[in-house]
Amino acid sequence: MSLSNKISKILDYFQRPEKTSRCAKERLQIIIAHERGSHNKPDYLAALQQDLLNVITKYVAIDREAVKVELERKEGFSVLELNVTLPNLE
Amino acid sequence: MAKIIVITSGKGGVGKTTTSASFAVGLASRGYKTAVIDFDIGLRNLDLIMGCERRVVYDFVNVIRNEANLNQALIRDKHIRDLFILPASQTRDKDALTLEGVSTVLEELSKTFDYIVCDSPAGIERGAQLAMYFADSAIVVTNPEVSSVRDSDRMLGMLSSKTKRAEEGRDPLTEHLLLTRYSPKRVARGDMLSLSDVNEILAIPLLGVIPESQAVLRASNSGDPVILDKESDAGQAYLDAVARFLGENVPHRFIEEKGNWLKRLLRFKEKEIS
Ligand SMILES: Nc1ncnc2c1ncn2[C@@H]1O[C@H](COP(=O)(O)OP(=O)(O)O)[C@@H](O)[C@H]1O
Ligand SMILES: [Mg+2]
Repeated sequence: MSLSNKISKILDYFQRPEKTSRCAKERLQIIIAHERGSHNKPDYLAALQQDLLNVITKYVAIDREAVKVELERKEGFSVLELNVTLPNLE
Repeated sequence: MAKIIVITSGKGGVGKTTTSASFAVGLASRGYKTAVIDFDIGLRNLDLIMGCERRVVYDFVNVIRNEANLNQALIRDKHIRDLFILPASQTRDKDALTLEGVSTVLEELSKTFDYIVCDSPAGIERGAQLAMYFADSAIVVTNPEVSSVRDSDRMLGMLSSKTKRAEEGRDPLTEHLLLTRYSPKRVARGDMLSLSDVNEILAIPLLGVIPESQAVLRASNSGDPVILDKESDAGQAYLDAVARFLGENVPHRFIEEKGNWLKRLLRFKEKEIS
């Protein structure tokens, strides 16, 4: 272990650990705001995934696992992330 | 007409049954004729916490099915004359509780009792819904922990839509937050959500804070609800909460870390600097 490494280890030791309660509060505020707003998570995600799959298979042969739909809730908005893995197109 | 109180939380193991037992004892010792009902069908527990498990003959479901009448099923508390317990059934039949049956039992009790305390099961299924359906007040038992707070918020949603009062468009039931298993020490260390964090998120009036306390386990060991242990922190906190429920103005206790002036001084310094 290099000297600077050692020093930073020692410094880490004396630093107060990150307060996890703050993290808990922030996570709760975000998830609860979302759950109150839409009552529940949107239930169209599965249908959306199926539709996307249908459209894409018109052009490329892919299977169900190749399309991933994910929703991430942020403060004030949500991000819908589509991930399509295409086969090698040589 | 009795006032019906539901003790609810969504999450299991947060202290609903502990709270139901102590609240019922607290109300009855103030002279109100009180019945406490175990809605946790299949998992009877309230009888143990109240120390009357060996006197259970008939239960809630027997009454609903007309296999016994209410007076046969109600167990008189060993400490307090005006307190009665209606134990849960241990049947595995999930549909044993019916809306009609619960309604009939509550109506009958309402004729002679002042308060009816309903100990809700965990979850959001039938048992929990029936426990809250007829309520006039709800005590939402929450631990300072992420999943418990989230579940409490879901219960608040249900309380405002899935109760008789809500369906009939009457005045909504009154909601009270009871924060239990609170550890001021861990809050000070930053390991636990604080009272003000939880209060800010759930935004309903605070009825009380019950500290994490060894007296609770001792109380369930002996079958005497912790509120009877008047020396203990948890017992006193429950006494305060009952007094507040009855409209008295009682300052909150057990929310600050006790003793240790040095730590407090250090923390004060820290706050000044940051
Ligand atoms: N304030 C408290 N301090 C310490 N332990 C507690 C406290 N409140 C409840 N407990 C413990 O937590 C466990 C669950 O309590 P219980 O009242 O049965 O919860 P629930 O009815 O919500 O499932 C029990 O073992 C009980 O002794
Ligand atoms: Mg319980």
